[in-house]
Amino acid sequence: MPVIEARELTKTFGDFTAVDAISFEVAPGESFGLLGPNGAGKSTTMRIIGGTSLRTSGSLTVLGLDPEANGPEVRASLGVVPQQDSLDEELRARDNLIVYGRYFGLPLSYLKPKADELLEFAQLTEKATAKVSALSGGMKRRLTIARGLVNEPRILLLDEPTTGLDPQARHILWDRLFRLKEQGVTLVLTTHFMDEAEQLCDRLVVIDKGRIVAEGSPRELIQRYSTREVVEVRFGSSRNAEMEGVLRSMTDRLEVLPDRILLYDDAGEALLDEINRRGLNPLTSLVRRSSLEDVFLRLTGRSLID
Amino acid sequence: MTRPEGSDAVGTAQPVVTFSGMDHAALARRTRRWGWVQYARYRQAAEKPFFWTAFVTALGNPVLYLVAMGMGLGSIVDTDVDGVSYLWFVAPGLLVATVVSTGAQFGTWPIFGGFKWMKNYLAAQATPVEPWQMAIGEGVAISVRMFVQALLFWLVGLAFGAWPSVGSLAIVPIAMLGSMAMFAPLMAYAATLEEEGLQFNFVQRLVVMPMFLFAGTFFPLASMPVYLQWIGWVSPMWHGTQLARVVSYGASVPAWLIVVHVVFLVACVVGGLLAAARTFTRRLVR
Repeated sequence: MPVIEARELTKTFGDFTAVDAISFEVAPGESFGLLGPNGAGKSTTMRIIGGTSLRTSGSLTVLGLDPEANGPEVRASLGVVPQQDSLDEELRARDNLIVYGRYFGLPLSYLKPKADELLEFAQLTEKATAKVSALSGGMKRRLTIARGLVNEPRILLLDEPTTGLDPQARHILWDRLFRLKEQGVTLVLTTHFMDEAEQLCDRLVVIDKGRIVAEGSPRELIQRYSTREVVEVRFGSSRNAEMEGVLRSMTDRLEVLPDRILLYDDAGEALLDEINRRGLNPLTSLVRRSSLEDVFLRLTGRSLID
Repeated sequence: MTRPEGSDAVGTAQPVVTFSGMDHAALARRTRRWGWVQYARYRQAAEKPFFWTAFVTALGNPVLYLVAMGMGLGSIVDTDVDGVSYLWFVAPGLLVATVVSTGAQFGTWPIFGGFKWMKNYLAAQATPVEPWQMAIGEGVAISVRMFVQALLFWLVGLAFGAWPSVGSLAIVPIAMLGSMAMFAPLMAYAATLEEEGLQFNFVQRLVVMPMFLFAGTFFPLASMPVYLQWIGWVSPMWHGTQLARVVSYGASVPAWLIVVHVVFLVACVVGGLLAAARTFTRRLVR
């Protein structure tokens, strides 16, 4: 039985349709992603799952319950890591976990050892008595994740968990989330980073303008909507358009971006050799594997990050 | 999902999170009933870093007021006011006015900031606690705090000889009621504000300040021109002060008027909390 089941879920704000008849299921223990650009409707979907935003139409069950009618029951089983840190800046790291547990009515005899365990998991034991305002961005995110685990949630909702973090901080955070996944915690996350989705998600839906435009595992999506490899070439902004015609004859699909041209081909190296053999002389070139970014570009004609 | 404590599910030495099989349904049941208490306990725990500032202010305020008004001003008021010495007359008013003003402060910026800057209501919203319970919980937490503040004021007053009877201790719950009558409606209003403006300056300068000056704190309301007396009638400060004077030195107030004072204050508290429960829900559930 799925832990989350959404059917034709729709949310409108006046004339604006934020979530447009989306349907999806999340299986227990699965790591499920909502991938899409900013403003695609991902956060609204997350809020509807938590019962803190009311859907306009459609049906939704979370752990078999409707979050609108059973908000407290659903949220008692959820861990939520919101997009914006909502930590208590004046309190120390450990106290943040303990006071948050108060919202759930958890006793101090449970919360004190739990806070220590979660701090260790979040690699923040040494910062236990530091004020939140003194923590780095990555530490705050890890503390927020630790906070979301205080009630031993069955599902952890993460809204853009690594936005604003530097690469090293992101990798530490991914490692922590991966461990939770290995422990069988169901993860539902939104992201506009394709590498994050590839790292963490067993399965994902690609959302654009409130609608699901594709669904599958990262690998399936890449296989279905892209080629194995991508050749990126740059000729300089003045020559990119001019080269488009020549290059189009060499591959089935290409995309001209403002700063570069992407050529989709299963044999990237051979294609690049051919480009060089014809003396087209790109200023820079590289062959890489296809990513979800390419899938998104294919599906929407736009880049994930504006 | 149940794992023994300290178990290592992934076979590495890395720490893991224990899942002890928490009864989430029981948490939800308890929160449906006691979420407002859970919120109030959160609020009290979150105020811990500010304890000493609050404590020193709560002791310092009455000392300053009683020295300035009771002893300073009182020493040149050589006639009795309302049949008692000026210190006995003014002390209940000062206590109530101080606690009610504090209630007004708590009902404005801290509530607005909780939505706008601190995001603590958003954090709470991710838990089983419901928005209406946050509003009631705020009220409970502030009540406790106001009770303590009033008690400290009363104890300081004791040292100044400001209370003619032990019965004056009843001023403490009266002041708490008065401060809630101010706090609750302001909290309801603060929860509706999306953007920072001059609204709270307006509240402070044009509502709280006139009440402090013209609601019978320093002189009987009856000695003011009739056209200014309405300020007292609409002010939780005056109703609270009148009740405080009755229990402190037995000010002569007809029974029906005592009932009016109590009903006015209770109506402000109940109406304010109901409105706040509504504005919190509107603000948070969209």
